[in-house]
Amino acid sequence: MAPAAIGFAFLLLPLLALLIRAPWRGLGKLLSDSQVLTALRLSLECATAATVASLILGVPLAWILARIHMPGIGLLRALVTLPLVLPPVVGGIALLLALGRNGVVGRYLDQWFGLTLPFTTLGVIVAETFVAMPFLVVTVEGALRSADRELEEAAVTLGASRLAIFGRVTLPLIAPSLLAGSTLCWARALGEFGATITFAGNFKGTTQTMPLAVYNAFETDPEATIALSLVLLLVAVVVLAALRDRWLRGPSL
Amino acid sequence: MQRRTLILTAIAAASVLLVAGCSSSKKSTPPTNSAAGGSKSTEAVSGTVSVFAASSLTEAFTTVGKQFEAAHPGTTVKLNFGASSDLANSINQGAPADVFASASPKNMTQVSDAGGASTSTNFVKNFMEIAVPPKNPANVTSVADLAKGGVKVALCLPTVPCGAAAAQVFSNAKIKVKPVTLEQNVKSTLTKVELGEVDAGVVYVTDVKAAGSKVKGVVIPANLDASTEYPIAALSKAANSAAAQAFVAYVLSPAGQGVLAAAGFAKP
Repeated sequence: MAPAAIGFAFLLLPLLALLIRAPWRGLGKLLSDSQVLTALRLSLECATAATVASLILGVPLAWILARIHMPGIGLLRALVTLPLVLPPVVGGIALLLALGRNGVVGRYLDQWFGLTLPFTTLGVIVAETFVAMPFLVVTVEGALRSADRELEEAAVTLGASRLAIFGRVTLPLIAPSLLAGSTLCWARALGEFGATITFAGNFKGTTQTMPLAVYNAFETDPEATIALSLVLLLVAVVVLAALRDRWLRGPSL
Repeated sequence: MQRRTLILTAIAAASVLLVAGCSSSKKSTPPTNSAAGGSKSTEAVSGTVSVFAASSLTEAFTTVGKQFEAAHPGTTVKLNFGASSDLANSINQGAPADVFASASPKNMTQVSDAGGASTSTNFVKNFMEIAVPPKNPANVTSVADLAKGGVKVALCLPTVPCGAAAAQVFSNAKIKVKPVTLEQNVKSTLTKVELGEVDAGVVYVTDVKAAGSKVKGVVIPANLDASTEYPIAALSKAANSAAAQAFVAYVLSPAGQGVLAAAGFAKP
């Protein structure tokens, strides 16, 4: 039992320390600071945009990984989930080399469309999508695999089009996982630091998201750091509450 | 399953080799006894000395560290580079450092105010320079060019010494520069220039020199330039106080000063 207790304390103590050392009195003032609000709004917007991008690109990807059987699909799956285990900073460097102004593809984006991603809000969204999309893909793919194929087959025999089947049978079947995957993806995007600071840089209002603001504030104003951290902790708790049906109930998935 | 185990074993083996490679390459540095410093301390110095130094000292202190190890056999210099403000913060939070070399007196004061250092000595001085990619895509030739619209500029965070010095340059030139990014330390500002992601960055003279052909320097005229003094101190809570003192003495010795001068640092 002792290791379990230590494990529990180990996970909880740092969060408790945040609450204990929080500058509760000045909290309102620290958080109503316009810079904090700017960073918070940017974070929420970028994380949401990254989640939408992940849904648009990730769900079809998950479908292919789950339903298409051909050699090499296993390798494809491994590659898709690579950003999941890759240190985000490495992801940021890779993005810079691919989509930067002198990047493999980025140079053409710049030459042909005058589009440069680094140091823009769009760059933040790209970095967050890169890091967070695998969470959605993995979750949705699992659901598609375990979804009851017979219902889809029944729809086929009834003459439904492929699009209608996907929209009216498959999607409702995987809806809970879609929601859970999106939430995970959103939370991961919100907390994204390494790829963002490497690829998108750090500037207030355009690329400085909450985690970057927390890190920068740590040097100058530790109290503000704690206040900012509390906001992210609160968001994490809300996310957990939203997922409680899946996680808190334990194994009865 | 077997294949997976095999791959894992391979990865483990590779990482062991990698680690072994790193440590052995460190040890195999030829001991050049000739570079003995002016620190003729009678007591033998040994063990590890942990040096926290400003990013701009990366190249110079790496050399100084090797020379110190050669001059004091049995010592190992562990270098940790970062923004001086970052380093000062971690020292105050209890990071195990023996020596602190800051790119700004301000960050040294931060440490000494917290009781981390009693005395410090200014050992070099550094000036600012504009770094541009070799092709100079935005055709930056003066400080004023940095304020032009469409010129992408990377600066250090204003809390970091190089950022504070850049702000001083802009104030001297009476211009307002809107950077696209504020970097954590001078080396990451320099990297953004090296990669060509920005058109210009304001860094130290020594960084332009260290980057070699990867960037081009645009000199800032003396009447606009800002400088910063670098203080160094053996820390009060140093685990290896003797080695810390010896390292500081070595940096101040002719041998140490020679390395720093060769890297482009000015006398304080």
